[in-house]
Amino acid sequence: METAAKSASICPAKVSEILAKYSRRPDALVSILHDVQKEAGYLSEEAITEIASGLDIPVSKVYGVATFYTLFSTKPKGQYVIRVCENAPCHVLGAKAIVEALEKELGIPMGGTTSDGKFTLEYTSCLGVCGVAPAIMINEAVYGNLTPERVPLILKEYK
Amino acid sequence: MEFYRSHVLVCGGTPCVLEGCKGVRDALIAEVKRRGLDREVKVVETGCLGPCDLGPVIVVYPEGTLYQKVRVSDVPEIVEQHLLKGRVVTRLVGEAPQAGVVKYEEPTYLGVQERIVLRNCGVIDPESIEEYIARDGYRALAKCLTEMKPADVIEAVKKSGLVGRGGAAFPTGLKWSFTAKADADQKYILCNADEGEPGTFKDRLILEGDPHSILEGMAIAGYAVGADKGFIYVRGEYVLSIERLGKAIEQAKALGLLGSNIFGSGFSFDVEIRKGAGAYVCGEETGLIESIEGKRGEPRIKPPYPGTEGLYGKPTVVNNVETIANIPPILLNGPDWFRKFGTERCPGTKVFTLTGDINNKGLIEVPMGITLRRVIYEIGGGIPGGREFKMAQTGGTSGGCLPKELLDVPMDYFTLPEHGSALGSGALLIMDASHCIVDIAECFMRFFEHESCGKCTPCREGTARLHEIVAKIARGEGKPGDLELLDELGSVMQVSSLCGLGQAAPVPIKTMLKYFRDEFEAHINDRLCPTGTCGI
Amino acid sequence: MAMVTIDGRKVEVDAGTTILNAAKKLGIDIPTLCHHPDLAVQAVCRICVVEIEGQKLLQPACAFPVQDGMVVYTNTPRVRQARKVNLELLLARHPQDCLQCVRNRSCELQALAERFGMREIRFEHKLRGLPEDHSTPAIVREPDKCILCRRCVSMCHDVQAAGVLFPSRRGADTVVTPVFGRGLDEVACALCGQCIHACPVGAISERDDTERVWQALADPNKHVVVQTAPATRVSIGEEMGLPPGQIITGKLVAALRRLGFDKVMDTDFTADLTIIEEGNEFLKRLKEGGVLPMITSCSPGWIKFGEHFYPDLLKHISTCKSPQQMFGALVKTYYARKAGIDPKDIFSVSLMPCTAKKYEADRPEMCDSGYKDVDVVLTSRELGRMLREAGIRFEDLPEEEHDDPMGISTGAAAIFGATGGVMEAALRTVYEVATGSELPKIDFEEVRGLKGIKEAQVKVGDLDVRVAVAHGLGNAKKILDLLREGKANYHFIEIMCCPGGCVGGGGQPIPTTMEIRGIRGNALYEADRGLPYRKSHENPAIKQIYAEFLGEPLGEVSHHLLHTHYTPRQKYPSVAKAVCGEAAG
Ligand SMILES: Cc1cc2nc3c(=O)[nH]c(=O)nc-3n(C[C@H](O)[C@H](O)[C@H](O)COP(=O)(O)O)c2cc1C
Ligand code: SF4
Ligand code: SF4
Ligand code: SF4
Ligand code: SF4
Ligand code: FES
Ligand code: FES
Ligand code: FES
Repeated sequence: METAAKSASICPAKVSEILAKYSRRPDALVSILHDVQKEAGYLSEEAITEIASGLDIPVSKVYGVATFYTLFSTKPKGQYVIRVCENAPCHVLGAKAIVEALEKELGIPMGGTTSDGKFTLEYTSCLGVCGVAPAIMINEAVYGNLTPERVPLILKEYK
Repeated sequence: MEFYRSHVLVCGGTPCVLEGCKGVRDALIAEVKRRGLDREVKVVETGCLGPCDLGPVIVVYPEGTLYQKVRVSDVPEIVEQHLLKGRVVTRLVGEAPQAGVVKYEEPTYLGVQERIVLRNCGVIDPESIEEYIARDGYRALAKCLTEMKPADVIEAVKKSGLVGRGGAAFPTGLKWSFTAKADADQKYILCNADEGEPGTFKDRLILEGDPHSILEGMAIAGYAVGADKGFIYVRGEYVLSIERLGKAIEQAKALGLLGSNIFGSGFSFDVEIRKGAGAYVCGEETGLIESIEGKRGEPRIKPPYPGTEGLYGKPTVVNNVETIANIPPILLNGPDWFRKFGTERCPGTKVFTLTGDINNKGLIEVPMGITLRRVIYEIGGGIPGGREFKMAQTGGTSGGCLPKELLDVPMDYFTLPEHGSALGSGALLIMDASHCIVDIAECFMRFFEHESCGKCTPCREGTARLHEIVAKIARGEGKPGDLELLDELGSVMQVSSLCGLGQAAPVPIKTMLKYFRDEFEAHINDRLCPTGTCGI
Repeated sequence: MAMVTIDGRKVEVDAGTTILNAAKKLGIDIPTLCHHPDLAVQAVCRICVVEIEGQKLLQPACAFPVQDGMVVYTNTPRVRQARKVNLELLLARHPQDCLQCVRNRSCELQALAERFGMREIRFEHKLRGLPEDHSTPAIVREPDKCILCRRCVSMCHDVQAAGVLFPSRRGADTVVTPVFGRGLDEVACALCGQCIHACPVGAISERDDTERVWQALADPNKHVVVQTAPATRVSIGEEMGLPPGQIITGKLVAALRRLGFDKVMDTDFTADLTIIEEGNEFLKRLKEGGVLPMITSCSPGWIKFGEHFYPDLLKHISTCKSPQQMFGALVKTYYARKAGIDPKDIFSVSLMPCTAKKYEADRPEMCDSGYKDVDVVLTSRELGRMLREAGIRFEDLPEEEHDDPMGISTGAAAIFGATGGVMEAALRTVYEVATGSELPKIDFEEVRGLKGIKEAQVKVGDLDVRVAVAHGLGNAKKILDLLREGKANYHFIEIMCCPGGCVGGGGQPIPTTMEIRGIRGNALYEADRGLPYRKSHENPAIKQIYAEFLGEPLGEVSHHLLHTHYTPRQKYPSVAKAVCGEAAG
């Protein structure tokens, strides 16, 4: 649980360090959000406010950008975010069965987070590995050529 | 240079990485060494070799034998049998009729292909600038900088007939000339590597397999239009592409092939990477620009076009990865050479990604104008289980769906639109007769609803409504008039949406309504899903 | 120049003119929704689309520039279909409860639906179900009515520099909202109400306080007094169907009496008083080396903005209350005593062009009379509603005079309602008080007009007094940033929150455009010219109140009743803070 607690917060000092890396340039906002999220796990209201203040831009803009992109989250998520591709090439090759297997294995519906805070299950658009459809991504790792049978085996690596 | 009797190329493209190619590579190196073959046999990690669904893939040269789904446990056998004794391990080459790729260079696979863009993919170690240079890398840039004037470069690109490979098929030379003409203190080259079109993964594999070709192409573009700064906007999910590009930039800088005063010509060019954050619409060139500027990736109204007012308001060329990869060979070999490939109206090759119900999924490069039939049945090895072809979607989810009657239409940027579809990014999704049109349509429409940026009315509201109506039809709740409404709404979105996303979103549904209307009608009138897919 | 053909007729316009404006020249009125003449081009609603010969796509007339030789069609079947379907899409997600809507009959969406004869909506009627925002005493947001035209975003960011409203999320989930979806009370909103003027529909509006006023009027135990702000005398006519810029002071007084107000007095009186107090404060700061430049304080939207964004500069702001609050403090003291009425029975209403005034009246420190100094603030629009409800017809009304003792005012007070007016009024008085001699020229033309920032230099005795005037918070920000950097080389600055000054206040009749702001402002200058007294210090009622009640400017009673203080506020909403450092691990 220690990692979870740590990953849920970010110090203003750390944000400031990241901002300095980009010379506090407002046009680096997307990169900054990437870095802050990497550090904190998600973009908290505090982090968003710190960024706005450091860049001297309206906080509404930072929030607007943070909520525009699907890789950013303004809510805490599980330690492992499982993103299931729902687009046609994966759909055609059985993404639905993968979704069902994941939901069953984790006991949560799509969009949910397991009660131990370990896994979040969500849909994503094409991951660009359609040659091995159906595919999912767990944090930064991609898994392809999936079958419902492989799902428990893959999840075992993370449990 | 040392001479090796054999080269073993281990594919290091993402699909193969997923299947464990790194372990296979390490095992091969160890095993070759253990057997004392390391002076004769060189193991090289390359970019994508093509048949990505069969990964990990390795090819043994000089024979060109392709092994698929290689496991670490297979390695001793390959070394023992093939590299020592010269015998092909037949159990790893796949069933010949199905895969059709016993030999990598067999006529039906590589034979039909022409590799301009992918000339180095699967051939060189993408992390080695020396290997790129050894295959004429950076020679085109040297030629441009030392022998050609910027206007000559543009002229050559114009003459080559190259049109953008990002989907809009705009003539590249003409695009460059607008930016070249614009008067400004700063100009930019943007490489669009946001590749989000479902079914498309060519740019990823080009970047992973041959990153230097992109840097070289961008530098040439910079020289041609008078830009000294380039950005590559890569999808955040493309971890390996970003890593390889980063390394390539460092290498090129170290050798003075990027940076200031390249080849002592006085021309300077720098490239930076920008990471996307999960928005398909950022592939649209002005959405991309907004995103680089740190904003919501919402497309801008045009005019002004990026060519004259783009990044930070400065003249900006935006080109797709594949377009840029074509640049060095065009400049090196001349426009006439390029025009030998493809068709008169649409010279060159096209990289396609084959997905869906097809035996050989993966990456191929073929001359423009090839027919769907040849791609599916010759290169693609046909449909698994010999099942019946139902439709192919060309150009990714924003492209149209073609029925079997159109299998012989030549695929290029001008012919497909005549049939309501598009060549687009070069994604090809093949579907067999087991799939329900309505179910697939719902999947397409869900995508656009999810990816609409929300700025303009027809797309924000329209994508949601297209999805809603199709979903209802799939649930058996369709009503008379729905299809007409889909048609009408689709037409309005096509002509009045602000950007290409909203304009293209109705394309798949409109072609499906055109070619498969009866299946929709069955769902509505008879409350029946002919394939039994929909839960009616 | 470009020659274009629109619907078969030729017109010559400057190259780069939008199709919309070119068509206007031909008398063709292309329908629009996200277009606003004063705001950044959005081109998102796609209602204004037209067909251009040779193009497959329709193009938005509001954004697309004409080129020489262009042939445009604004009324083809394809164009009409696109407009109607796009409108249908908007309506299908819209409450459509026009009969209960604050914008009934002033709504651009409603007008379009009428214009296109919308009789049927084929898409399922589905609302987003977003919560309303009633968190402030000034502004109400009903996001379900929002059609995402982003006009308010441009207003709030580009014009007002408050940066409150912005799109978040994307696609069909997009909402235009304060950060984190908070209420306006939690963010750095000036409550200027300019977003209301930007909004084509009823998604943003003033809080309606008319019922509280009706109740007070109906209460026999209440002595209901109303004050009329300078800018309302040139705008209320619009609520009653008159064109902008009519000076209707006399009819307004008559109308208010007919509604049942016991006394109709004038904020212009306390505007004159403000000039005396503020002018003396300025002279004192000059003489005693106080903080300069001094900034005017009569615009509560600006005060709130300053408290959020420039807490370090609050000492520059004059301590004078706004005329509304001076009036409020006096009506329950000076007037109460004079009229022999128990202040607890006085119900003090103010008629204002402004939404921020509602907030100002509710500030806890605004109770110096011992009671809430101003009980209810009515905007021009709310009064318009009351007058219409009561069936009062302006054309039948006589011209009447304001009541004593706080009803007499000067031209200097009238121009308070226009940008530069407070500065001009102050200069008229400061000059004469400081030098003891008469102004050679009473009109200060340099500080009039709609230019964003105006500067002037006036010789007062030996000193060249440098003044600046900014209207709209974006312009104010420019001057304040200079001030912060130590580069604002002025003695006296006037800041008005709203573009055009109070004539363009957030509570003024709809529509309020730059053009209309200008017309109303000109009417105030005209009123000034027609008044017997044009300098605040010449107002006999002012002389009287100092003699009878206040003693002297900046004196003890003034200090208590007419001056105030400011509160630094947060620029960002409060957020949960993470616990940092090793201990947290
Ligand atoms: C919704 C949308 C998504 C797009 N995605 C991409 C993309 O991922 N990659 C790309 O190169 N072009 C994409 N485009 C096309 C670009 O707008 C632009 O035309 C292209 O990058 C120009 O390069 P080219 O001329 O080399 O094709 C997209 C367009 C739209 C409307
Ligand atoms: S068409 Fe869609 S993606 Fe493009 S601007 Fe409009 S809402 Fe955004
Ligand atoms: S906003 Fe306009 S259309 Fe909507 S309910 Fe109000 S008056 Fe009617
Ligand atoms: S009242 Fe003024 S500051 Fe507040 S949201 Fe509206 S425009 Fe912005
Ligand atoms: S609140 Fe009004 S002005 Fe703002 S986006 Fe919505 S409809 Fe437009
Ligand atoms: S469609 Fe699933 S990865 Fe591309
Ligand atoms: S990634 Fe290995 S064959 Fe394509
Ligand atoms: S008025 Fe032109 S697009 Fe909205």
